Amino acid sequence: MTDSAALLTKHSFVELGARQRAKALLDAGTFRELLDPFQRVMSPWLSRQGVVPQADDGVIIAKGSIDGLPVVIAAIEGAFQGGSLGEVGGAKIAGSLELAAEDNRKGIATRAVLLLETGGVRLQEANLGLAAIADIHAAIVDLRQYQPVVGVVAGSVGCFGGMSIAAGLCSYLLVTQEARLGLNGPQVIEQEAGLEEYDSRDRPFIWSLTGGEQRFATGLVDRYASDDVAQIRQQVSELLQQGLPAQQRSTQAELFLQRLARLDAEPQIEPSVVRDLYQGERS
Amino acid sequence: MSSYSLRGLNWFNALSAGAKAVDGLTASLKVADGFLGEQPVRFIAVVADPDNRFVRARNGEVGLLEGWGLAKVVDEVIAADQDKPQKRAVIAIVDVPSQAYGRREEALGIHQALAGAADSYARARLAGHAVIGLLVGKAMSGAFLAHGYQANRLIALRDPGVMVHAMGKASAARVTLRSVEELETLAASVPPMAYDIDSYASLGLLWETLSVEQIEQPSASDLARVTECLNLAIDDVAAKGHDLSGRLGAANRAASSKVRQLLREQW
Amino acid sequence: METLSFEFPAGQPPRGRTLVGCVGSGDLEVLIEPGQAGKLTITVQTSVNGSEQRWQHLFARMFDGQTPPAMDIDIHDFGATPGVVRLRLEQGFEEIGHD
Repeated sequence: MTDSAALLTKHSFVELGARQRAKALLDAGTFRELLDPFQRVMSPWLSRQGVVPQADDGVIIAKGSIDGLPVVIAAIEGAFQGGSLGEVGGAKIAGSLELAAEDNRKGIATRAVLLLETGGVRLQEANLGLAAIADIHAAIVDLRQYQPVVGVVAGSVGCFGGMSIAAGLCSYLLVTQEARLGLNGPQVIEQEAGLEEYDSRDRPFIWSLTGGEQRFATGLVDRYASDDVAQIRQQVSELLQQGLPAQQRSTQAELFLQRLARLDAEPQIEPSVVRDLYQGERS
Repeated sequence: MSSYSLRGLNWFNALSAGAKAVDGLTASLKVADGFLGEQPVRFIAVVADPDNRFVRARNGEVGLLEGWGLAKVVDEVIAADQDKPQKRAVIAIVDVPSQAYGRREEALGIHQALAGAADSYARARLAGHAVIGLLVGKAMSGAFLAHGYQANRLIALRDPGVMVHAMGKASAARVTLRSVEELETLAASVPPMAYDIDSYASLGLLWETLSVEQIEQPSASDLARVTECLNLAIDDVAAKGHDLSGRLGAANRAASSKVRQLLREQW
Repeated sequence: METLSFEFPAGQPPRGRTLVGCVGSGDLEVLIEPGQAGKLTITVQTSVNGSEQRWQHLFARMFDGQTPPAMDIDIHDFGATPGVVRLRLEQGFEEIGHD
């Protein structure tokens, strides 16, 4: 196939909204949305602060199958309030993961896929967003005892704040070149630590540290896909078929502590230093 | 006066007097094994280490070493007690001003380190350990998610310096394009945005709030009161189970229950 | 933010319902559902204050000289231009038409 032909047959995943992304991953005809927008379960906190709410609170929960395997997908809409999680959206994700774990205890092997485009806690619902994210963490760890939880960070918002911790708890993570994955947003780091520490306007610098390619090269994610619906779908399906990983990334404290012990933390860090330090994880 | 809080350290020292300290850890982690009455416990605190190898984590922030370190000391408890009928309770003493903000932290995957900590605390719960979070100072954002928020019972001391939030006031004001005063006015009328512990308690996330005489350096009666409360919390976990459902039910968190109910109906 | 209500004469309700758009910057979310026969109702929640006249004109022009289906339309607007509003509404009408 020529390059231009490949370009023509490629369908961007990043350009899709959250609902379309969920539909694109599920087997044709199996998409069934829970708490759909017509039920209008909206944020009880935004309107009273003068912020226009969205009918689904920016989170889509859909059940269906991927290559025949039963899944629940939680997709965050990055375009609404930066993908921030409030009480309702957070409870939608936590509650669906809790029900998936319950399914497994009853012998129904429901897996979960999280489509993460989020800045983390929605500040207008601060402590309820934070609490919901703690619930999400708990539910991922619970569900992960039975079936894999696959996280996808495609871009363009990226995955930050408490939800980057949720990403870190996933059995598998898939990213594209557009993705960024990090705890703290660049602007917050610049505010807290200064321009010299972190220049939030220097995009190449930020991607070199937290972008999808670097995260893959350092073994902090499992898969690196191009921004193409078919390829992402294929890789998510493969990860689901793989079942549970031999060891979850977030249970490797000893390994990471050993690596950090070898690091000279004195000089400011370069992306290549992280690659060298963390290399060898992927055999 | 130091620029960092000593509350966590002081409460750790008071509660763990007579307990056996766990050695060989990064200086910002304080861990000891002891008893509360008959109940074996592991006390864990994150404290300031002015000589921390990571310069952005010298004031008690939860950084890379702290996140993975917490994971390790909780994993030890799970592994050691695996076949024991009586599981150690894990007491997380919480006084954490924030996660560490820095270039090294992001580059080396601080999110993964904090996931390690949250993971271990959650698995301890699932393995049958009572995990209790005792809030004696700040419990901020990612730091709290890593150290305390996976507890199945949260106890807060009632004091203006005890504070749970997603973002400090100054940063939250900047991000929302408000002055600190405007933010405070707004926050006072919106319970999840408020910074005081009573507003937080109204969300139903705390199991108990306790008043003490000397928040900075506990008195003998403070210690007795908190110890008693910790024991009650451990008993309550044993009686009512290890999930986080006890956090649901408050009027100010009604949507969280409603969403779960609707999901169940439509599942 | 303000909440506005509008009503127009209409024909019969459509069979389907649809959602288009998103409450993102410069965009809006439009939920369209079958309404009561003879009546088209629109509720707008918008981040732009003092925009009632603008919305009124926009809807009046769109429905001028025709009898739209009886719909309940719910709009959550995040500062969309009239062009974007029109585009989203037309997109929504087309989708319920195909149902």
